[in-house]
Amino acid sequence: MKEIILIKNGELALKGLNRRTFEDMLIKNMKRRLASAGNFKFTVSQSTIVAEPEEGADLEDAVERIRKIFGIAGFSRAAAVEKDMDVILRSAEEYLAPQLLGVRTFKVEAKRSDKKFPLGSPEICRETGGYLLRKFPHLEVDVHNPDMVVTVEVRDTHAYIHGKQIKGAGGMPTGSAGRSAILISGGIDSPVAAYMMAKRGLELIAIHFASPPYTSERAEQKVHSLLKQVSKYSGRITLYVVPFTETQEQIKDNCPEDLFTVVMRRMMMRVSQIIAQREHAGALITGESVGQVASQTMPAIACTDAVCEMPVFRPLIGMDKDEVVAISRKIDTFDISILPYEDCCTVFTPKHPRTRPTIDYVEECEKALEVERLVNEAVEGTRFVHINAY
Amino acid sequence: MEAYFDNSATTAPCCEAVKAVTEAMTQSWGNPSSLHAIGNRANALLESSRSDIASRLSCSPEEIFFTSGGTESNNLAVMGAAYQMRRMGRRIVSTSIEHSSIDDTLNRLEADGFEVIKLRVDSYGRVNEKDLYAAVNSNTILITMMLVNNEIGTIMPVQAAKRAAMMARSPALIHCDAVQAFGKMPVKPAALGVDLMTISSHKIHGPKGIGALYIRKGVKIKPRTFGGEQEKKIRPGTEAMPLIAGFAAAARVLPDPQKELEHITMLRDYMVSKLTEIDGIVINSPPDALPYVTNISLIGIKSEPMLNFLSDRGICVSSGSACSKGKKSHVLMQMNLDRSRLDGPLRISFSRFTTIQEIDALILGIIEGKKVIRALK
Repeated sequence: MKEIILIKNGELALKGLNRRTFEDMLIKNMKRRLASAGNFKFTVSQSTIVAEPEEGADLEDAVERIRKIFGIAGFSRAAAVEKDMDVILRSAEEYLAPQLLGVRTFKVEAKRSDKKFPLGSPEICRETGGYLLRKFPHLEVDVHNPDMVVTVEVRDTHAYIHGKQIKGAGGMPTGSAGRSAILISGGIDSPVAAYMMAKRGLELIAIHFASPPYTSERAEQKVHSLLKQVSKYSGRITLYVVPFTETQEQIKDNCPEDLFTVVMRRMMMRVSQIIAQREHAGALITGESVGQVASQTMPAIACTDAVCEMPVFRPLIGMDKDEVVAISRKIDTFDISILPYEDCCTVFTPKHPRTRPTIDYVEECEKALEVERLVNEAVEGTRFVHINAY
Repeated sequence: MEAYFDNSATTAPCCEAVKAVTEAMTQSWGNPSSLHAIGNRANALLESSRSDIASRLSCSPEEIFFTSGGTESNNLAVMGAAYQMRRMGRRIVSTSIEHSSIDDTLNRLEADGFEVIKLRVDSYGRVNEKDLYAAVNSNTILITMMLVNNEIGTIMPVQAAKRAAMMARSPALIHCDAVQAFGKMPVKPAALGVDLMTISSHKIHGPKGIGALYIRKGVKIKPRTFGGEQEKKIRPGTEAMPLIAGFAAAARVLPDPQKELEHITMLRDYMVSKLTEIDGIVINSPPDALPYVTNISLIGIKSEPMLNFLSDRGICVSSGSACSKGKKSHVLMQMNLDRSRLDGPLRISFSRFTTIQEIDALILGIIEGKKVIRALK
């Protein structure tokens, strides 16, 4: 008896003529994500993708990985057996025993796509149900609200037997919506924002601003760890590390203290846009949420956006902190985020940032900076690191 | 040049310790509980190591129990004493600037129904002895106090604990966390009047992962782990022979602490005189602190940029306890310092290998750093 994984597409099924492209993308993503767990053979039929492990592949590990791949509504582990009713019955008993022993009611569903198989779907259901009832006397059949559905699918080459379906990560296959750049500092919010946009099918690159000696090696390592965790969902991420010390010092020396954060964010946006364009990313992503801190007010965001020519996605914009924290715990970034290293956003935080900056005033203050030179030097000094979860 | 000023976090293993660890792994690798020749050899090494450490504390070898280090010894002592004594009272007296391995354990005991009193400290981290006498009553079952504070070097009035217990006619056991003091000043549990004392190997140039708890003869505490007969069932588990041998070797080569103190005091005074010439530096440690630890604040400069700047030049200092990884220091907060001092603390901690050249490099580094790093208003 061989065990395989049956994967049901998520929203993919809705996408009409594009479905094939999305499906190919999903399979490509799965191949890449599962590569280090062993070799898997992928085949598609009737909106189900079958992942068949080859010799030495680690199925347990693959299941954990598939759980986090976007574009999958649900999946099941299944036994692939010979298309013979006796074999099917004996395999169902053996393979599903651990699950059946833990439930009280069940029902059997059958699908027969191989019309040459001697039994029809209703007969397969009846025989399997009867057999399991004899073997597991504690069970009862409940066709309306069973604890567990046993599915028998008779397809071209094999019959598949599976029990409980595992919920998938949902969303759209990474890359199906294009590429976008997440600005990541090391806090709780940006990894969550990255995760949320990846869920909608965006492939990610990441941009991090480093200001040694104000920020340390550890702060950058922390960003690596965060992205590694996010990449379990989003797939590999290229991180661009921008040298930002001089820019921050110039702002500190030449601009009013209460505008520090707004001017800094505008500089970050300018740099990020150039990197994003170079890397063919069509939008920026940030973890801002209205009113969360004094610099994330509507007027401050307006000032930041005034320098942006590409869309800025802010998936957390209307969320409460505890909602964001809940997601960061779910995706296991919270414990990394709360490591207490200084990051580019905490270095010179003014005590009382201006909550209602106006664009005119900010532009006036920025005249004290050599904006173009600083931006160019930051972009030129940028280095990159590939981040991959597996 | 490499200059290491984070000896309160850990120390470089001395070559004697490295050699002893290697020898234990290659020659005396047996299980000390085994009754054959190889086991006997390991057991002989275990007992001679125990004696070596005991002689440093002027106690008997039977009073030394090996553990995995300071945190475990502190947990074992405090939990073990509290539960041993719980029928005689429920008050535990300590201070508000203990190491987290005491502080968190006390919080746990408080949640379990013990009454925990953490004595307040002044702006130099000192406990007022009068407060101690007032806090200890006949219901008190444990007094635990560190001998030297790990962040500011303040020497605590541990000897007063026994007196406080006697005056209150309390049965209290006295525990002392001597991790930062052992090897750096004369430390004798009997003279200090303590029943339990924690020491650790890696603060005295021994290997990490090994420490000991002194338990005065006749004193009983409850174990926290269960299993074999090792360490008289107080701390079962096969003895970590290589680490124990390394710990003992490091203890054997400790110089006379009193003589060493004169030299370290001279270095500390030299450093402090240079530091006070620099603008915007406040010394947080009291003048009579153990001279191995000096805590300073750079007004207007956060710790991390200075720490990173110095680190790039090969100079290692810390911003506080390594066990709290950069969180704001609870010790400095308890000392009620103003915010400008809380933001930028640096802990400079010496070892007997610290040189005047290293100190000069540090002073130069701080001066350069202050020029480069933008100050906060």
